[in-house]
Amino acid sequence: MNAQQTQTKIKKESKNKIRVEFDRTSRWTRFKIKYLSASFLGQVIFKLFRLVLLLGISYVILFPFFSKIASSFMSPSDFVDVTVKLIPKNPTLNTYKQIIRENNYFEALFNTAVLSLLCAVIQTFVCCIIGYGFGKYRFKGSKLLFACVLLTMIVPHKILQFSLFNEFRYFDIYGIIKAITGKTIKLTGTYWPLAILSFTGLAFKNGLYIYMMRQFFRGVPDELEESAYIDGSGVFRTFIQIIIPLSIPMMITIFLFSFSWQWTDNFYTTLLIPGTAKSIKLLPSIIEVPKTLDTNYAGGNLYTSAIRNTCGLLIIAPLILIYMFCQRYLIQGIERSGITG
Amino acid sequence: MNNAQAAVKQKVPQKTKKRKIVSLDKKKARAGWFFVAPFLIGFVLIYIPIIFNSIQSSFFSIKQGQIYEFVGFDNYAYVLFTNPDFVTTLTSGIRQLVIDIPAIVIFSLFMAVLLNQKMFGRAIFRAIFFVPVILSTGLIAEIDASNVMNQYMSGTDSTDTSANITNASSTSDIISMADVAFLFESMKVGTGLVKYVVQLVNDVYNIINRSGVQMLIFLAGLQSISPAIYESCSIDGATAWETFWKITFPMISPMILVNTIYTVIDSFTSSDSSVMTFILNFYSTGGAQSRVQATAMGWIYFLIVIAIIAAVSGILSAYIFYQRRD
Repeated sequence: MNAQQTQTKIKKESKNKIRVEFDRTSRWTRFKIKYLSASFLGQVIFKLFRLVLLLGISYVILFPFFSKIASSFMSPSDFVDVTVKLIPKNPTLNTYKQIIRENNYFEALFNTAVLSLLCAVIQTFVCCIIGYGFGKYRFKGSKLLFACVLLTMIVPHKILQFSLFNEFRYFDIYGIIKAITGKTIKLTGTYWPLAILSFTGLAFKNGLYIYMMRQFFRGVPDELEESAYIDGSGVFRTFIQIIIPLSIPMMITIFLFSFSWQWTDNFYTTLLIPGTAKSIKLLPSIIEVPKTLDTNYAGGNLYTSAIRNTCGLLIIAPLILIYMFCQRYLIQGIERSGITG
Repeated sequence: MNNAQAAVKQKVPQKTKKRKIVSLDKKKARAGWFFVAPFLIGFVLIYIPIIFNSIQSSFFSIKQGQIYEFVGFDNYAYVLFTNPDFVTTLTSGIRQLVIDIPAIVIFSLFMAVLLNQKMFGRAIFRAIFFVPVILSTGLIAEIDASNVMNQYMSGTDSTDTSANITNASSTSDIISMADVAFLFESMKVGTGLVKYVVQLVNDVYNIINRSGVQMLIFLAGLQSISPAIYESCSIDGATAWETFWKITFPMISPMILVNTIYTVIDSFTSSDSSVMTFILNFYSTGGAQSRVQATAMGWIYFLIVIAIIAAVSGILSAYIFYQRRD
């Protein structure tokens, strides 16, 4: 210790600068201490293990998509060929072409896009408003009402389907409409049932969205609004000008959830917009084997499921695009929300 | 002059009469009611009638799509005692639920902790892990369920190993019973555990698919733990293992409750749960009474799951640590 200290020389170069000279330990010793120790080895092993694990799970998640994409390009002969696993020998676009042409893909795509966009936008704003009410205001009965929100989350709509269908098939509000016009309104087969459910925060998983928004707004400091009030802004102006811009990442998260869940939804669309010849054509109805694709041979079974998978791919293709652009916000929004018990 | 004064005198009391003095609390309460109004209106006008109608219809018989006649508990009796499949499906479904819930919660916590660490390519891994939340739902899950493609693609070397396997396992399994049994042989654990592990590993795709939202919730929880606590912990010389069990785990424990309940609700309501599939099938393919009977099934299932949620939250909340915030 002493010897080292004597070796260290401190020179005063100028008024504000000093220069210290000391013998550095040799490069080899530094290398040894840094890299040839047990803790470094442990770290490397841990990092490798983590990487392999994450890669493995990513593989498990992505492999079905890869195999679906690969099989969507295969021609019938590839399904009989044992040597073909992932890369088709006779690639063809025929499957896509036939599905798009015969199953009216674009018509269904357009209708579903309109429906999903409508529902997602309404749900995002409505859940934001309701969540703000629950998160920032304490009023008599607010806890009870929030328990009702949780109730709507817990009771699945699937066990209510009989009543849900009847409610909108013979739409009436406590008999008022019947008293005025003499009959009930038939809303099934239109977008109205889903729009009404969205407007009132009762649609698919809206309880979860309200819960998320509430937790988010609880984390927003009250001082923000208070200073806005002092500056003379009213409740609604504050909400529109201060709160909404603040909650955009969270709203994008909810938009993404509601849009994609509405997009791939099968339950509500088949229940409330039944697929008869006259009604609106939606994406679930395109999952069928086009008539011109012949499946009557040995590998037909596989081929049929490949065609169905291709339909699935065509359905989620727009979602993949949206996800690529929005996933950043999804994770950001969740991280900021700080959902706590 | 007099007139003017009289007018003023008249006006002043009128004004005070008109403008009620409203306290800030009341004003805030009013604004609060306004904000939650959409939900309140929907709940009263649409949801309550639906719930009421559903409960009512489970006690009625049906004629031409309309509820017809009060039959008491006949539907419930039919579902529980006459229908051959419902009770078995229900018990096996609930057993499956009990197996899956701890697996999903533990897996999602583990993955959230991993994805919360700083490392190369974290953003990409996160993006990949949340793909199932967006893409593997509803229709896609339905297509996957009736799919021979995946089994075909992953069943690679079934022919050369099948000779060694004593327990018959299908070709799509990732690991076989025999391998795990061999691994655990010297450890003297029961066959129950071996079976459980094998089931989980072979079901890994399903578990990953269903733990997306839970992972998000855990990640959010992990982000909200103050880094100062970790810093002081590492200054005191705690290892990563100790830090996890003494800091991360207690701080994340409220999330574990939330996630457990969410998992129960989610696996109960998702259409790929076996009981739900059974009920939905019964609704559309059963006899004339099937609709009200399916509703009765739904309510029985719902009551059981509510009981499970109550039990789980009762047990877990005894162990939860809530940080006192000032």
